[in-house]
Amino acid sequence: MSTDLVPLAVVMWAVTYPSRAIGLLNPAIDRLPRRALAYLQLVGPAVLASLATVNTVVQTRNGQSLVVVGLPWLAVGACIALVAWRRNLFLGLLVAVIIAIAGRGAGWE
Amino acid sequence: MAFSLVAFAGAAQFAAVGFVARGLGWPAIALFTLLLNARHVLYSAAMAPWFRGRSFVERAVAAHLLTDEAFALTIAHFRRIGRFDGFGYWWAAIVTTLIPWNVATFAGVMLGGAVVDPKALGIDVIFPAAMGGLAVTLLTGRRELVAAIAGGVIGVAASVAWDPTIGVIAGGIAGPLAGLLVPEAAARETAPLGTEASAERFGMPGVVHDHPTDDRGRPS
Repeated sequence: MSTDLVPLAVVMWAVTYPSRAIGLLNPAIDRLPRRALAYLQLVGPAVLASLATVNTVVQTRNGQSLVVVGLPWLAVGACIALVAWRRNLFLGLLVAVIIAIAGRGAGWE
Repeated sequence: MAFSLVAFAGAAQFAAVGFVARGLGWPAIALFTLLLNARHVLYSAAMAPWFRGRSFVERAVAAHLLTDEAFALTIAHFRRIGRFDGFGYWWAAIVTTLIPWNVATFAGVMLGGAVVDPKALGIDVIFPAAMGGLAVTLLTGRRELVAAIAGGVIGVAASVAWDPTIGVIAGGIAGPLAGLLVPEAAARETAPLGTEASAERFGMPGVVHDHPTDDRGRPS
């Protein structure tokens, strides 16, 4: 196993860690007004939904981002519906993977 | 392996490997990593009220482990129980994220060549499905629902207009603003801020209890 990229890993940590620590290590967070705390409580649903949607819907081809309709919509949509219905993330993920495998086995991208 | 142990930043690791293969310089890779991981600022700020009163060292170590998955699992857990739970955080960050990530990375190094097409195994849908599923578990009121829908729509729009990295951050910043547009009267209909009933929505330590409630936490 090569160690050539270990310094790059350290550089990546050095630029990542501050973004992870800025809120947790900043005492000013404790003095935020109620409205700001309410905002922070909505960050979770918003950023997770954004991550899920962008990773499902958007593909980058030749440097250009496009909305692509495909099998991931069905797989991820099924997972979300199952979690909403049964409150069971494992079941949702299992069904999403099965749909993806079955769909691609049938030639659907 | 060094990426997984030291940087511990999944999406940035995938991107960095591609950039290294294409011969991109380290400063450019560092800049892209900075942009890609800027969403962690939001996670860190959202987690901070829960860590109020914890030691500096604990918060500093917790920051290193604050990934998408650790944030999603922990924020859902804290909101469900309505308080900070140190064991819950370390479990989510280490047992269910750090260890499996590094074990899987090692397995990939050793066996990755045997997997001809990861898409054929459905591996590519696991991350978005997990994020979507975890987002659903956080939908405890109208504000959360509006924030999530707006986050998704804005994320896609900004991704198409600029770049997926910017899209995720734009959705994460603008989504909550849209959520706050839901009138407080409507938002507090089922779980007024500061009451016991709000533990799943606003159950943060330190939030001022300023709405009168009955002994079951309902508005009176």
